[in-house]
Order: sequence, then structure tokens, then C-alpha cells
Amino acid sequence: MRKPIIQVDNLTCGYGDTLILEKVSFDVRQGEIFVILGGSGCGKSTLLRHLIGLQSPLTGTIRILGRDITAAEGNQRKQILSSFGVSFQGGALLGSMTAVENVMLPLREHTALPADAVGWIARQKLRLVGLQGYEDYKPAQLSGGMQKRTALARAMALDPQILFLDEPSAGLDPITAAQLDELILQLSQMMGITFVIVTHELQSIFALASRAILLEKNARGIIAEGNPNDLKNDQTNPAVWRFFNRMPAAASV
Amino acid sequence: MKQASNNTPEAAAFAVTRSDGRQVRLELAGPLTYASLGPVWNACIHAVRRAQPKTLVIDARQVTTCDGAGIGFLSFLLARVKKKKFSAEIVGLRPELQAMLERFGQPSAPEPPAPPAGLGAIAALGKASAEFFADVHSQIAFFARILLTGARMAAHPWRFRWKDFFVIAELAGFRALEIVSLLGFLFGLIIAFSSAMPLRQFGVEIYVADLVAIALVRVLGPFITAVIVAGRTGSAYAAEIGTMKINNEIDALEVMNMDPVSFLVLPRVLAALLVTPLLTVMANLWGLIGSGLVIRSLGYPLVIYLSHVQSILSMTDVLVGLVKAVIFGGLVGMVGCLRGLQTQLGAGAVGIATTRAVVTAIILLVLTEGVFSVLLHFLEI
Ligand SMILES: Nc1ncnc2c1ncn2[C@@H]1O[C@H](COP(=O)(O)OP(=O)(O)O)[C@@H](O)[C@H]1O
Ligand SMILES: [Mg+2]
Repeated sequence: MRKPIIQVDNLTCGYGDTLILEKVSFDVRQGEIFVILGGSGCGKSTLLRHLIGLQSPLTGTIRILGRDITAAEGNQRKQILSSFGVSFQGGALLGSMTAVENVMLPLREHTALPADAVGWIARQKLRLVGLQGYEDYKPAQLSGGMQKRTALARAMALDPQILFLDEPSAGLDPITAAQLDELILQLSQMMGITFVIVTHELQSIFALASRAILLEKNARGIIAEGNPNDLKNDQTNPAVWRFFNRMPAAASV
Repeated sequence: MKQASNNTPEAAAFAVTRSDGRQVRLELAGPLTYASLGPVWNACIHAVRRAQPKTLVIDARQVTTCDGAGIGFLSFLLARVKKKKFSAEIVGLRPELQAMLERFGQPSAPEPPAPPAGLGAIAALGKASAEFFADVHSQIAFFARILLTGARMAAHPWRFRWKDFFVIAELAGFRALEIVSLLGFLFGLIIAFSSAMPLRQFGVEIYVADLVAIALVRVLGPFITAVIVAGRTGSAYAAEIGTMKINNEIDALEVMNMDPVSFLVLPRVLAALLVTPLLTVMANLWGLIGSGLVIRSLGYPLVIYLSHVQSILSMTDVLVGLVKAVIFGGLVGMVGCLRGLQTQLGAGAVGIATTRAVVTAIILLVLTEGVFSVLLHFLEI
């Protein structure tokens, strides 16, 4: 078994007095595609924001590459941050810059590459996500799915070891979504990038995931963990069965 | 020629050799990564260009690792050579790196040509004046639209958004009392003091009371108040409506068959229009108190000051000031809403809309004040 790259230990988090997740523990291993599943509003984005250090947990620790991101400060925090890229649910592109300028931003800030090189690499990344021809559009002139792909290109601009993607294929047509899945697989296999992905697309999950955790709102935690193909056939837990087989809950809506 | 960025084992290195003048061999060594390529990228491209290859052989046997930057570098080299119609090949690249190059190394799109040079002076002047007149037209059209919508609303007053109106009026009016009072007081103080000095030479400094009363009530009170309303409230209107615009909220209202003018603009304009005269009264009162203090400190009893004020001010003066205030308030509210609705794309556009709201409002205030002065002079009011 490959060594863990992210270790979450007894994580409890919430907003104000409301607890969202309670005593959640799991590992993400080097090079795997790890998927976080769960119904809308169960705390997937919240969990992701904790993993990337934007929010501090109430209790528990999160270690990325062995270093505790909740306690890190200054240079140590910078080092941890440079080991991963994030594509946010809403894209979070800078609206005053064009798509290619958004991708160039981390390249300009964190490498000594000359301007030619930065422009070339940024355009290459946009081409990888299928956005050739839209390099010089402002985010507001792009569709939602295109904004997402630009955000993905920006997140992988520096080939980080870990990529966090919040619902990358939501709002994409099936063909583009499948191309994105293929890109993620290739990046994982050829470059060894570890992925942590929040998604609802069952097809993507089965195509991509090495391992998945399923969060549930009432349980405030993980109700299933494993390979999605195994989880799909697991009939012991009705909530898990319903999720993977698209069944509505029997009594409630 | 052999160059390396430095002597650590993590550095990338390259060497260019020419054999018989046509074939150029570029040897690359070390890791080709974001960290290592910075210092060598340009140097290597220049060295290859100086060698003027007919065919370029890139010898990558000693390349240890390669990430996105390395892929970018190799594809950049290949694309450059291809553009010159020379041939190039890479030899000795490890198979997994070769696969990465094939998958991730498609040439990236060319940079767009530089935008055409700016317009000539005359064309620029023409464009600017066309924009100016279009803007004036949009303001007049918007004004008319507000009047029409307002008239239609007056026939169905229960459809007016009273709740919004009261909230906005509180923010624009009640919350502005302090700043308006403070500025009115300071202006009264300052005008009285600076005009008392010259008048004192003629021994008529008590006429400061008349001067301040007239200046404040007819001109300065409404004007100062309107400028404050423009800065506080007009800008807030533009920012709020502008943010709604870039979030597609205005579009949502339109498709739900709700007119943004009656839904958003009317309550705001009406609020600005009603609170400005009230605030003006406040500014005038505090201005008179301020100038009274100055007169007092010059040794005159307050009774004399008050009798001067009372005899010089007529009801007409007060009314003129208040009518102006109503019109100023309406203008400021209208321009704030118009600039908000005109917001273009992106977060930066909200800032631009806000700035334009305040600037246009102040220009309109000055213009209107000028028109009023001339008009009142000829009508002898
Ligand atoms: N900033 C916030 N303040 C308070 N509650 C929040 C905030 N953000 C999210 N929540 C709540 O946390 C829960 C989980 O939200 P989120 O993590 O965004 O869900 P999802 O799984 O759909 O990504 C929801 O019930 C939501 O209302
Ligand atoms: Mg979410």
C-alpha cells in the first residue's frame, strides 16, 4: 500500500454552534484519486476548505505530506500551500484578468521562468482543458463550465503534488465531462498527481475513483469508505445503496 | 558552449554543438522543471537561434525528470523550429517522458496580435464626443422613464415597494443626520468667521448674519447636503444595483416580468428626493447656530443676531432652498441608479459604476445650481 499523503484525524468542524462533521478520520494515499461523496449540503465543501487550510477545525488534525496544516504558520504554511492546487466550486477566477492571465498568475509569482515561457505554458494548460481560442476572454465572458475548466488549468499550473477539485464536472456537457475525466486519469497516471475530488457524477466516480468516502448529513460523518464499485454492490447500508443506485429515500423526499 | 544555471545537482544544463554547419545538436541534462528552468530557458532558446540550425537534434538522454515546465520547454523548442520550417527531433527521451510530451505537449495557441494602434487625435475626439452625447441621451431617457413609471405607480400606490422605501430612506436620511449637521455647523462657522474679518473694517460685522443666512438657506445648505447625499447614498445605490447586475439579478427580475425601474429605482429615487430637503433643513439650522456662535464671540447678543436673520430671510428664500434640495436629491438618486444599471461585466465594473455615479452627480449638481442662479435672477425671486 502506498504511503498516505493526507492524514485526517478526528476532525470536528462546524459554523458557530452548528456542527457539520464530527470526529472524521481518513487517509488519502499518494497517487490515488480520492473522491468525497455525499448529498447536497452535507459538508463536502466544508471538509475541503479545512483540508486546504482555509478554515480551522474545532478539534482534530489534518496532515498534508506529514505536516499539520492547522498549526503551520509563515514559511511552513507556504511550503504546504505550494504542494497543492485548488479549483473552487464557483471557479474563483479573478474577474479583472483574462483566462490566460489567471493561469499565468501562479507561474509568474512562483517561478523564475521568462515571460515567453509563462505565456506558452499557460496557453498549453488551457489547451489541455479544451479552452484553446478562449485564452483572452474575461471570466464573465465564459460559460460556467468554461470558468471551471479555467480554474482547473490555474490549479494545475505548477503541477502540484495534490489537486483539490470541488465539483469539477458539474455543469459540463457529457462529452466535455468525459474528456475532463480522461485528463484527470492521465495526470494521475503519468504525472503521479494525487487528486481529491468532490463530485456527484456517478459515471465520473466509477471511471475515476480509486477510493471514495460517502458523507451523510445526519450522521455528521463518513457512512461508507472504499472502492465505489464495491460500495455500489454493498446492500448492507440502505443509505449507501440509495446513493449509488439513484434511489430516492423511501419515506422522505 | 556549455552552460548550467549553477553547480547544484538539481540544475538544468544545456550544450549546443554544430556539425558541418547544417546540423545542430542540443544536449540537455538534469531535471527540466519549474524550479530549474527559470535561469536556462531564454539562454538555451537564444543559443539555438544563434546556431541557426537546418536540422535540430535534441539529445535528452541525460534528462532526469520533466514536469509541466519541461514539457512546455520541449514543445516550445519544437514549435519554434517548425515555424522556421526546419526539422527537429528529440532523441533519448525516456519513454514515460516521451508519452507525457505527446499527451501534454501540444503546441499552445499563438498569442494574439497586438491590438491596433490607438485612434488618431481627431477620431478620438469624435469618439469621445459621440460617447458624451450618448451618455447625455441615456440620462435624459432614464429620467423620462422614471417619470413615466412614477406616474403609472401613482395610479396604483399599493404596488409601490413601501417597505424597501422606508429602509432606504432610513439609511439615506436618518443615518446621515450627524454628518450633515456637522458639516452645516462647520460651514456656518467658517463663512461667518471669514466674512466677519473684512466686514469688520467697515464696522458692519453684524451683517454677517444677513450674509450667512441668505447664502446658507438659498445656496450652500442644499448644495452641501446634496454632495453628501451623492457621496453616501448615490454611490451606495450604484454599488448595490451594480452588484445585482453582475450577478444577473436584474436579468432575473426582467424575466419574472418585474420592471427594475419600478422595483429598484423608484423607491431609491423617491427616498433620495424626500430626505435631501429634510437633511437640508438640518444643515441650515446647524449652519445658523455656527454663525451665531461667531457673532456672539464678536460681542453681539444673540437677540440681535436672530432679529437680523429673521428680517432678511423670507419664506421665499426657504422655499427656493427646499425646492432645489428636492431636485438635487432626485438627480443624485437617479444618477446613482442609472450608473448601477449601466454596470459592465466583472467585479471591477462595480467600482467604476460607483465612481461614475458620484462624479456625474456632482457635475449635474453644479450645472443645476448654475441654471437656478440665472433663472432666479431673471425671475427676481
Ligand atoms: N459560511 C457558512 N456559515 C454557516 N453555515 C454554512 C456556511 N457554509 C456552509 N454552511 C452550512 O454547512 C453545511 C454544509 O455546507 P457545504 O459544505 O457547502 O455543503 P456541500 O456538501 O453541498 O458542499 C450546510 O448546511 C450549509 O448551510
Ligand atoms: Mg459544495
